[in-house]
Amino acid sequence: MKAIGSKSSVLLVGVEVQDDLILGSKAFSSRLLTGTGKFSSPRFIPQILEASGSQMMTVAVRRVNPDKPEEDMLTHIPAGVTILPNTSGARTAQEAVRIARIAREMGCGDFIKIEVITDMKYLLPDGEETLAATAILAKEGFAVLPYIQPDPVLCRKLEEAGAAAVMPLAAPIGSLRGLRCRDMLEMIIEASRVPVIVDAGIGKSSHAAEAMEMGADAVLVNTAISAAQDPVLMSRAFALAVQAGRFGYLAKAGAERPVAVASSPLTGFLGATRAA
Amino acid sequence: MARAAELDIAALLQKERLWPDEFLALLSPAALPHLEAMATKAHALTVRNFGKTLQLYSPLYLSSFCSNECVYCGFRASHKERRKTLSLAEVESNAQALAATGIRHILLLTGEAPKRTPLSYLIDCVRIIRRHFSSVGIEIHPLQEAEYVALKKAGVDSLTIYQETYNREVYRQVHLKGPKTDYDYRLNTPARAARAGFRSVNIGALYGLADPLFDAYCAGVHAMALQDEFPATEISLSLPRLNPAQVSVPPENRLSDARFVQFMLAYRLFLPRLGLTLSTRESAALRDNLMPLGITRISAGSITRIGGYDGRESASGQFEISDERSVAQMDAAIRARGYEPVYKDWQPL
Repeated sequence: MKAIGSKSSVLLVGVEVQDDLILGSKAFSSRLLTGTGKFSSPRFIPQILEASGSQMMTVAVRRVNPDKPEEDMLTHIPAGVTILPNTSGARTAQEAVRIARIAREMGCGDFIKIEVITDMKYLLPDGEETLAATAILAKEGFAVLPYIQPDPVLCRKLEEAGAAAVMPLAAPIGSLRGLRCRDMLEMIIEASRVPVIVDAGIGKSSHAAEAMEMGADAVLVNTAISAAQDPVLMSRAFALAVQAGRFGYLAKAGAERPVAVASSPLTGFLGATRAA
Repeated sequence: MARAAELDIAALLQKERLWPDEFLALLSPAALPHLEAMATKAHALTVRNFGKTLQLYSPLYLSSFCSNECVYCGFRASHKERRKTLSLAEVESNAQALAATGIRHILLLTGEAPKRTPLSYLIDCVRIIRRHFSSVGIEIHPLQEAEYVALKKAGVDSLTIYQETYNREVYRQVHLKGPKTDYDYRLNTPARAARAGFRSVNIGALYGLADPLFDAYCAGVHAMALQDEFPATEISLSLPRLNPAQVSVPPENRLSDARFVQFMLAYRLFLPRLGLTLSTRESAALRDNLMPLGITRISAGSITRIGGYDGRESASGQFEISDERSVAQMDAAIRARGYEPVYKDWQPL
């Protein structure tokens, strides 16, 4: 097994296969995306990145403050880690589009995570506005990663609109409740032709492992790391969990048996009949 | 209250969603013995929802002219004080001086004197201000929805308006003349601003005027109703207290530090996503201790005189501030508590 953060390949049934996460035109060996907005200081960022092996970190454009570079998250993200600017604060597709263009002008590259929140009570993303923004920004050459509720039908539409991945939530953001929307996530993973990144609601490293075992292509974790007593150690825990879950998925666990297998098969008589 | 008294406070603290009567129980004296448990939960909820961050803002008073007679206010019409309205040049020099401290969120305040500070003046001020700040709030007299739309277009994104007291009888007794005597027009102001498309609306009661429990409950339920009616608007609450050293406050209306903290915690438990704003009316020591308990926005380096940031002579203020620390000192105090001071939390579009 290669270490986390190295170019990702796996020995699968004796054959070495590449196992990179492809987003837009970029390959990532880490399948753990991280957030920046909730730490007590941006100075934590390099330590979090090192411990998590994360190669993509999301940053709220609204928080980027060029007037205070020492406090600016962008200043603390080392080269080699891809910045995923997000449109946090947008209420409409139009606002999200404007924020995305500002991010590009700031030199944040072509990735954009669309967050359009129209319910401040539970911070729920607005599917219609997100879809509209995705269509516009994909045409402008952005690699668009929309944050959405786990709606398989919406995922299909986003894919058609040119999304580079879909980012369904597992549970309300910040709730740390784990895969509450498991059934919907499974349908999305089953049908999606773009990577599925489970975003929001993951509270423990075991939740991340579960999502990866289910077949998610990656997870994004913010609160579970930043709200931990030791965010650096928790980053490491998530790195291992994501890798464990991925290997578990690739290795294909023997199917669980929901019912006991009868020791004398119920249809055994058919064979006996044929033999006779 | 009878029902509230029967509720088991410890059991309430295990619940994820609280009904208004359960919120009332948390505000009641019966919950005081549970303050530490409330604080633990409020802290955890705030860190999860807002992170270990505190947003900074500073007020800029534009004018002290006022036609209202609010018995508790330094700007009241009958108060023989030299009045002042900043010229646009003074708005510019104050904006520059305040922006130089690093502050990017500003709150503009006036009295209620539409002849001195008409909508056109406010719009002119906002156009100057927005060149230096990324978020502009207003705390001025209530306006019509169309006027809010005009201010939003000019660059205002948030509104602060306090009902002062939700008790109609007391409201009538402390607001003796002027347009502010209209309780209902004021009560419906946050909704008009939300309808006009403001990003955030900050409400509250001014503690000391009436029974604090009644006002705390009404303000909380008002915030809940606004959150439900305008889900896209960020609703926040403040808990300004009259300082008995400056204004006479009947003993039964005084809000002790313990109850003040209790109210703040009850708000956080009742409305976990609610913004909670803390002004410089409170002392430095208390403000430092409140930081981990649910506060999301805190003022810094505040001057409540008219203008005053640019070092020029300025007319006297609405109230005396209690925490005189500069922005840099607040920055250090916030970091010392393990929080990140956030100067910029909005990107003008």
